[in-house]
Amino acid sequence: MAKRKLRIMVAKPGLDGHDRGARILARFFRDSGYEVIYTGCHQTPEQIVEAALQEDVDLIGLSCLSGAHKELFPKVVKLLKEKGADDIVVIGGGIIPKQDFQYLYDHGIKAVFTPGTPLEEIKKWIEENVKVREELV
Amino acid sequence: MLKYFAEELLNKCSSLRKKWEDEVKKLIAKRPERKERFSTVSDHEIKRLYTPEDIKDLDFEKDIGFPGQYPYTRGIHHTGYRGRLWTYRMFSGLGTAKDTNKRWHLLLKEGQTGLSTAFDFPTLMGYDSDSPRSAGEVGKCGVAIDTLEDFLVLVDGIPLGEVTTSMTINPPATVMWSMYIACAKKQGVPLNKIGGTIQNDMLKEFIAQKTFMLPPEPSMKLISDTIEFGTKYVPKWNTISISGYHIREAGSTAVQELAFTLRDGMEYVEHVMKTKKLEPDEFAPRLSFFFNSHIDFFEEICKMRAARKIWAHVMRYRYKAKNPRSWWMRFHTQTAGCSLTAQQPYNNVVRTAIEALAAVLGGTQSLHTNSLDEVYCLPTEHAVQIALRTQQIIAEETGVANTIDPLAGSYFVEKLTKEMEEAAWEYIEKIDNMGGMLAAIEQGYPQMEIANAAYKFQQQVENGEKVIVGVNKYVTEELQEIPILEIDEKVEKEQLKRLEEVKRRRDDKAVKRALDNLRNACKKDENVMPYCIEAVEALATEQEICDVYREVYGEYKDPGFF
Repeated sequence: MAKRKLRIMVAKPGLDGHDRGARILARFFRDSGYEVIYTGCHQTPEQIVEAALQEDVDLIGLSCLSGAHKELFPKVVKLLKEKGADDIVVIGGGIIPKQDFQYLYDHGIKAVFTPGTPLEEIKKWIEENVKVREELV
Repeated sequence: MLKYFAEELLNKCSSLRKKWEDEVKKLIAKRPERKERFSTVSDHEIKRLYTPEDIKDLDFEKDIGFPGQYPYTRGIHHTGYRGRLWTYRMFSGLGTAKDTNKRWHLLLKEGQTGLSTAFDFPTLMGYDSDSPRSAGEVGKCGVAIDTLEDFLVLVDGIPLGEVTTSMTINPPATVMWSMYIACAKKQGVPLNKIGGTIQNDMLKEFIAQKTFMLPPEPSMKLISDTIEFGTKYVPKWNTISISGYHIREAGSTAVQELAFTLRDGMEYVEHVMKTKKLEPDEFAPRLSFFFNSHIDFFEEICKMRAARKIWAHVMRYRYKAKNPRSWWMRFHTQTAGCSLTAQQPYNNVVRTAIEALAAVLGGTQSLHTNSLDEVYCLPTEHAVQIALRTQQIIAEETGVANTIDPLAGSYFVEKLTKEMEEAAWEYIEKIDNMGGMLAAIEQGYPQMEIANAAYKFQQQVENGEKVIVGVNKYVTEELQEIPILEIDEKVEKEQLKRLEEVKRRRDDKAVKRALDNLRNACKKDENVMPYCIEAVEALATEQEICDVYREVYGEYKDPGFF
């Protein structure tokens, strides 16, 4: 049976409405041949996790430009773990100072891509680090 | 029609041009130009040279004219900046009201001439600091305001009868404006003396900025309420700042920014006329605008000149306003945040300076200049000082404010102004044919135009067609460290304590009564402002008031166009 396409969710947690980057990434992923779900703005971590499970995604990209990333990103990872879905890879981006990267890595965020990162670099990282989740038998 | 150039001049120009073109052809056959195609940051093609032939069809009076005279291409005031400089109005807010008040006093001391309020995300979205949705967000992007008590601290020591204040607030604009009004009352300043602006432009929220709360129709209703209230009781207040800044930040082209902003303005005018039965002259003089000043120098100047021209025409001929003040486009400008880079951040000082200069040559009434570190966080004191000095240097040292609209008559500037004006009209007519801006938004039209433009630009950056210094050219490997302002985590704790204390000591019955009155006013379609003021004075929180609106009008969810 042919393996399905990688499914990526681009999500905007918190109250931040700056979605230019998130929308560009969503379109880029779609043009690159992935299945993309874009949540739109103002999602709670709970809503993101619920949607991610419903849509059976392999990767969640979180975008936050309001400075609330240290609160929100780890929350998503924690909720995924509670639901037994911590094989979903979580990455982040937005306005995130370099000094916060380690905190995010320590809390389960696998990579952080901030403004100026070439799109192809993100795609390459995904190809090398994200697999389609094993089908549940 | 008075011809702009004599026929003989045009003929001479034409023959010289043909000779020049032949010479150019030979030269570039041997040595091609740097690129095949030259274009603005919005991808508007720019020619090698502009000559009198490019503007031969312009009507001197109708297209260029004089400052202070219809159609105001050269500016709305007869004496331009010689009469009065633009206002130095730095967008500012951080942490608690006390932190922001301190920053405001510093900015005023450093020579700022108007205040501008940046609120945090919970406040922008109509949530209190103690809402579960606010966790991690309190005070991070701007000041946290939950009740009138916070607002009083915010304006402490600021004479509201003498300083004008702008507030970037949209769905909860009625609440913040009510708090400001309540503060003025406490200072003993009559309402007909306070001046300022509330952004209060929901159409651009649905299109671009995305701080929304209520669906479009009730959002329009609240805006018309504020315009009506201002017209009657707060005549010096700009009750709306019809914005293009955010449309541009979301990735639109300059023409889209121009067209969508003006068409939004038209939607508001029509809504107020229809629902409040006001004549344009009763409220139009207090409509204000807000544009971006992006990095493509001439495109921005031409955009602003075209904006004045289009709006004057719209107000005079489409809406039949009689008072020339109704035809004036008055606007604030902010230099483009999206043009700044995280890489080599000191370069941002240069970008902001050039963008500020464009805004001044474009004739802005007030200006905010971004700080070099705003790609990372809220600005440090030092960074914001440099940004403010940028404006002051332009005003005092460069001489550009010595004369009005100095670029008028440039073949290039007049041609590009005309091209942008015509391109904007195409968009405006298209949206008219869709049934207006509300209809266009529902169909996702402006949102998708912006998404397409943003994606196209990104592709051009990725393939090197558009250069961003430090990002895809002249890249340095080592990180340039700059001081970063961090909002202390204890800001949130402090704010929660304050809020709890206010809730404890206030008269709960008075709050409930005020909120019930507001709810009834909403249901009976009355103007909400008097009830909103009553509620904030009773120390109702911002969210308590917004929850009444949510209850009556429903909530809007991001459709997620990409």
